[in-house]
Amino acid sequence: MAIWLTKDSKVIVQGMTGSEGSKHTRRMLAAGTNVVGGVNPRKAGQTVDFDGTELPVFASVADAMAETGADVTVIFVPPQFTKAAVVEAIDAAIGLAVVITEGVPVHDTASFWAYNVAKGEQTRIIGPNCPGIASPGASNAGIIPADITGSGRIGLVSKSGTLTYQMMYELRDIGFSTCVGIGGDPIIGTTHIDALAAFEADPETDAIVMIGEIGGDAEERAAEFIKANVTKPVVGYIAGFTAPPGKTMGHAGAIISGSAGTAEAKQAALEAVGVKVGKTPTETANLMREIMSGN
Amino acid sequence: MDLYEYQGRDLFERHGLPVLAGGVATTPEEARAIAERLGGRVVVKAQVKVGGRGKAGGVKLAEGAEETVARATDILGMDIKGHTVHKVMITVTADVAEEYYFSYLLDRANRTFLCIASVAGGMDIEQVAADTPDKVVKAPIDAVKGVDEAKAREIVTAAGFPAEVADQVVEIAVGLWQAFVAEDATLVEVNPLAKNGDGRMLLLDAKISLDENAAFRHPDHEALVDQAAVDPLEQAAKAKDLNYVKLDGEVGIIGNGAGLVMSTLDVVAYAGERHGNVKPANFLDIGGGASAAVMANGLEIVLSDPAVKSVFVNVFGGITACDEVANGIIQALALLEQRGEQVAKPLVVRLDGNNAEAGRAILDGANNPLVQRVDTMDGAAERAAELAAAGV
Repeated sequence: MAIWLTKDSKVIVQGMTGSEGSKHTRRMLAAGTNVVGGVNPRKAGQTVDFDGTELPVFASVADAMAETGADVTVIFVPPQFTKAAVVEAIDAAIGLAVVITEGVPVHDTASFWAYNVAKGEQTRIIGPNCPGIASPGASNAGIIPADITGSGRIGLVSKSGTLTYQMMYELRDIGFSTCVGIGGDPIIGTTHIDALAAFEADPETDAIVMIGEIGGDAEERAAEFIKANVTKPVVGYIAGFTAPPGKTMGHAGAIISGSAGTAEAKQAALEAVGVKVGKTPTETANLMREIMSGN
Repeated sequence: MDLYEYQGRDLFERHGLPVLAGGVATTPEEARAIAERLGGRVVVKAQVKVGGRGKAGGVKLAEGAEETVARATDILGMDIKGHTVHKVMITVTADVAEEYYFSYLLDRANRTFLCIASVAGGMDIEQVAADTPDKVVKAPIDAVKGVDEAKAREIVTAAGFPAEVADQVVEIAVGLWQAFVAEDATLVEVNPLAKNGDGRMLLLDAKISLDENAAFRHPDHEALVDQAAVDPLEQAAKAKDLNYVKLDGEVGIIGNGAGLVMSTLDVVAYAGERHGNVKPANFLDIGGGASAAVMANGLEIVLSDPAVKSVFVNVFGGITACDEVANGIIQALALLEQRGEQVAKPLVVRLDGNNAEAGRAILDGANNPLVQRVDTMDGAAERAAELAAAGV
């Protein structure tokens, strides 16, 4: 049954007619995702052919939902237009909005998040600056390659795209229920804690891998949450032990400010609540393999 | 991007916030012109992004143009904790009666913004918060509603600003929020927010950080980057649209995806503990695409760092297939040769993921003596560290 994204999810794409949007719509369809249409007000009424699958283009998220019953939107629009696209998704009260776009100004993200809260958080937002969410064998919303691993009983939540892929690959012999890339920006919609809570409640997930990186204190807060609420085994990995303070390491949120946000502090917080933390992605995968083979 | 003090002063002035009259000089002659314009007594301050400049002699008072020129001459070119002073800010002097604290910043944990205000200014606010938490007010700001007069008054009252300055602080709080939003700042920390002898409020010093993701709506922000202070390799990388951070090790790193590259640095540093303590020389994320041209640009930057003794190319083929990446590496080496670059440093390449087998076969087939293939990330890091240690 996985979390948030299942084989029954009906997916639309905001920005489907753009280059990234069309490329990944094709890939999502190939992965078996039930993509039911796209949104572009200037091309409403047209259809787009994806290797034989004709997808309709709607004027708005609300129209697309009314016509198709869509409950997930994947957003590929450029940073300048991302806030408007997410606000439109929130206004339509769609269940899940996956924001792939990288380079969204943090004021825009803070603003659409505040808007979402004011509207009662009817929309779960994943991202921005994330690879999306994949429930292997069921559905794939975003840019996570679909052929790395099959379905299994590990849940994965990660700030990083390629580290998500790496971990999926390392543990492809076991497989995953759902892999969520929550994104590397300073403000994101869905957090480690949200994913941990969902995996804890998911009967098809037995254990959880959590990948973090320098910057902020999301991992420390996740550790507190694990202590109080998570009974399933969790292994962790943190990237950025060698990152110098004050430098942004690729992701806008990956920055050590003064003495805050270090990898050491995150590792210590996780280990203090009994989470095993691997030194390398491979070691982390092996820790998980030990747990799963002991079951 | 963090601003210099003078850039902060200019920014506040542009937004109509009360600051001391002043200007910035890169030469003693420019300092003279500013002193003559301001008249009377001025303060000459070294512009460096590091604390403790006063103790280092980087802040001096001067009376009149001649003395200003002399003090500017002393300070320009001075070394403060490894930072060379290229600019001095010259302002009229303040007659500070009281010092307060006021800031807006990003609150990552609560996914919003935060206002921190205190009547105990001029000191490290974290220290104040630790010693006397009741003197520090932290108010979450709704990113949609922002700070209007009512919200500002609520904060000013809660922080206990004296009645005689409350109206002025409310006005500054609203204006500062408008500047914070208009400039896409992630931090504006005014410390001190000062009451002058004449009762007027002044934003005396500030730390300001601007969001680089918002550069598309701020063409003027590019000019705020101090090119002289940027590492030349980082500058060259930026010109090629590469995400590169210079570090001080010996193993050049190229990878795809920010998280994987950060992880690669760590894995190389661990391996280095067993090999002469070599360390990663840089962070370089060539992104998901990893075409031959981008790979060539990346290799060029990394190889032009004289400290680099070996290079570790760590790619996980997700969307990009590894055979394309392998071709990219081979073509990149050929491209560099065409550009007249002598490539003599060993490359350790780890390819995994999508089409890894085909990619590895391409590398083997190319039979380039500089390229060594290791198929696990940990093993490849070990090999790259070993080669760097041997080459040091």
